[in-house]
Amino acid sequence: MRIVPFLLSATVTAALVFTLNIQLKLGGTKAPRLGYFLSPQHGFWKNAEKLNTNFDATILANDLKGDVDVYMDDRLVPHIYADNDEDAYYVQGYLHAKYRLWQMDFQTRVAAGRLSEIAGADKLSIDRFFRRLGMVYGAEQTEAFINENNPVMKATVDAYTAGVNAYLKQLAPEDLPFEYKLMNFEPESWTPKKTYLFLMFMSYDLTGRSASADLQLTNTRDYLGYDLFDQLYTNQQDSLDPIIPIGTAYAEPSIVPVKPMSSDMVYLKKTQQVDIAKVVETPEAPDPNNGSNNWAVGGTMTKSGRPILASDPHLGLNLPSLWYEVQITTPTHSTYGASFPGSPAVIIGFNDSLAWGVTNAGRDVLDYYELKFKDTTQNEYWYNGEWKSVTKRVEVIKVKDSADVIENIAMSHWGPVMFDAYYQNPQSNGKNLAVKWTAHNPSTGVETFYQLNRAKNIGDYSKAIQLWKCPGQNFVVATKTGDIAIKQQGDFIARWERQGDFIMPGTDSAYEWQGMIPFEENPMILNPERGFVSSANQKSTDASYPYYLGTASSFPLYRGISVNQQLSGRTQLTAQDMQALQTNNYNVFAQQARPALMKFVEMNKLSTEAQRMVGTMMQWNLYNDPSEKGITIFKLIWDSVENAVWGDELAGASIPLTKPESFVLLEQMNRDTNFSVADDIRTKDKIESLKDRVLLGIEKATLKCLELEKENKMSWQAFKATRVLHLTKIPVLSRLNLPIGGGVNIINATGENHGPSWRMIVHLTDEIEAYGLYPGGQSGNPGSPYYDSFVDYWAAGKYYRLLFLPKEKLKQHERTKWHIQFKKAVA
Amino acid sequence: MKFILSILLVGLVTYAIGIYGTLPWWSFVVTNLIIAIALPIKPLHSFIAGALGVGALWAGLAFGIDLANNHILSTKVAQILPLGGSYIALIIVTAFVGALLGGLASLTGSFVRKPE
Repeated sequence: MRIVPFLLSATVTAALVFTLNIQLKLGGTKAPRLGYFLSPQHGFWKNAEKLNTNFDATILANDLKGDVDVYMDDRLVPHIYADNDEDAYYVQGYLHAKYRLWQMDFQTRVAAGRLSEIAGADKLSIDRFFRRLGMVYGAEQTEAFINENNPVMKATVDAYTAGVNAYLKQLAPEDLPFEYKLMNFEPESWTPKKTYLFLMFMSYDLTGRSASADLQLTNTRDYLGYDLFDQLYTNQQDSLDPIIPIGTAYAEPSIVPVKPMSSDMVYLKKTQQVDIAKVVETPEAPDPNNGSNNWAVGGTMTKSGRPILASDPHLGLNLPSLWYEVQITTPTHSTYGASFPGSPAVIIGFNDSLAWGVTNAGRDVLDYYELKFKDTTQNEYWYNGEWKSVTKRVEVIKVKDSADVIENIAMSHWGPVMFDAYYQNPQSNGKNLAVKWTAHNPSTGVETFYQLNRAKNIGDYSKAIQLWKCPGQNFVVATKTGDIAIKQQGDFIARWERQGDFIMPGTDSAYEWQGMIPFEENPMILNPERGFVSSANQKSTDASYPYYLGTASSFPLYRGISVNQQLSGRTQLTAQDMQALQTNNYNVFAQQARPALMKFVEMNKLSTEAQRMVGTMMQWNLYNDPSEKGITIFKLIWDSVENAVWGDELAGASIPLTKPESFVLLEQMNRDTNFSVADDIRTKDKIESLKDRVLLGIEKATLKCLELEKENKMSWQAFKATRVLHLTKIPVLSRLNLPIGGGVNIINATGENHGPSWRMIVHLTDEIEAYGLYPGGQSGNPGSPYYDSFVDYWAAGKYYRLLFLPKEKLKQHERTKWHIQFKKAVA
Repeated sequence: MKFILSILLVGLVTYAIGIYGTLPWWSFVVTNLIIAIALPIKPLHSFIAGALGVGALWAGLAFGIDLANNHILSTKVAQILPLGGSYIALIIVTAFVGALLGGLASLTGSFVRKPE
């Protein structure tokens, strides 16, 4: 034996194995373990799916009560036929895991504040935010409540959980989803708590904007003073076309919330400045455009005489998609639609008797209360003239390659103390803030969908949605028997005017929530005279509704106007007309704003280039179509004029403040030409008029337009650059620069990374005629042809006909490709 | 003869222990070492045999998988790793990593016994 060469060679070999087996730094991020990742029998190559994969399979499962047949159609949509409900949810869990495991796991880890566990200390501030907001606390409340009080939901979620875990149990290490190999972590067993955490995350996504908005509004009010604030951030919307038609009469309210005597002084108050303490970044707030459209037209308006329902929830556009299509058929019911990987049942869809859809209600259900602690131990806080004790909730955050971080969260009777001496963000101003949020309460939300999946008529629909608490939604429904209805439902606080828009004093019970609005008093309309019902996140009612709805910034105005304009007076409508409407790019905001703006434009004072830009904008047909340049110019000019008008008022604040909503300037322009805010308060010797601001705004925008022209990015699609982002934001796993129009205020609400996440149209004929798709694909595997297979079709505004058939018919259908049999294992 | 046999054996054994991914990805380092001890050949020959055995296997497997996948995943991975999106480069890198490690393992083994 040649000892020296042997040792030398052995050392080099071992060192190489070691190096290839750890995560090296690669341009700021961590590379995968290269040897493992590249090994064709272990690493990513195993995730490269054969183009003509045969998905037929027989799966033995000992937790099943009977056999289950799943037929996969050519789009990889499973049609589950089970002998009983629990088996169906078991198989739904199994299939979610088979096609979307990493996503389910990743999303619930984010919701639980466990990102640092897999991504390291960089993500600690995000984890601390979610922990202190009470995400885990809320999920625990729901889990305990369901376990104790709701055996049917417990069995449903347990069956789903067992299905996910059955898949995990047979998953060979080399078949781990791609992202686990890339990021180097491993899946863990599913639990019912993870399902509730996922639903908490949806509550956060759809109501959590208040967690930052309430702070921003407070800071803005403190900076501007209440009177100017109330002018710029007005709740009055002249052009509102509410969900419930104007003029509808409302019953006397059963709760009349009393505004505290002290509120003008203590709550709405004047300027105060506080030093900012220890400050950390918080995750980006949920997108303000998280909204949606839905509508249903009655038989009087359709060619067939039967209702048609349309629903398209607008959410962040991600790969793998939030949605997964499925048909579930058991002896108790048969339903089809979009489901959430992570939760049992169909969320937005239809069954044999009716179809339903949702849009976000936008109501404020999260408030902050400012606490006065007795001392630095933060054990007692002042409430109604005495010291009250907190309990401490300990949450341990595990951090990859680093020591655990312990959060000691003080729990007040209001809720968790989110901001205190240990945790501040740039907006929280050193205050001690407890957060009170309806999502902290136990929720039976899963049961709403469980019942909607089985609902036969308006009565069933009403019973189902009565269980819904958070996030508040506008539930639209249309039945085969010809009924259409919409109701705004959730746990809504009976608020006095402006209650909860700002941080409230936590020392005085007068600021408590004084009651929840009873179900019967939540806005609803059934078979209205105008023949249709609709919602697009606008305010649900006009001012005659006896409860305060919240700040106007939570309620986009223009999509609702657009939908109602398009539907009013229409007849002979077909499902194809509904497709055209869902993908409609008409810009009703620009229709109003362009002439309003032009009243203030003095063309002869503009530069030649600016005149050219205004000229192009004037020729624009008001459609946000992909190739249009007019919309790009209009948007730049409008934003620039807004900056010119508001910029001076908001400049100089030490904390960034939010800009007033677009409707404020537009309605101001329509009201009068003498608008005092137009004056630049920084120039003392001169009073600028709105005309001056418009002139300045257009010239500034023109400079940007000229830059865009040089880069050849003037077309709306190039400017907007819509993308469907992978959850890790890795560009090559995403779809970038999609050729699609639309945008904010447009029915086709497709923004940069946000938009119609599941387009569905259901025509309630005897044999249901349904269309739909989402911008993604049924497989979550970036190595599968089914990963993004719907994206191009979606961008082009096309639809798939959805197959919703009984077993015998579906089995023989030409689009049915594969058969997965689940067989009960013989013990 | 022993050289050819070494190559074939390395390829075969590496493939066999990789079928079930429960063993670590570098298990072939151990088996290459054992093969090189059992079939002693000159160090340079042993290195080449180990490198060719593992390298050709990895290249072949990767190539076959990639073809059936129509380069969907390899094109993406070749952008996550800085390879300019080239699936060919990715297959070469894959084969190179396998070959280098396989060769070194066999080289180490060849120092244990003198070739007869």
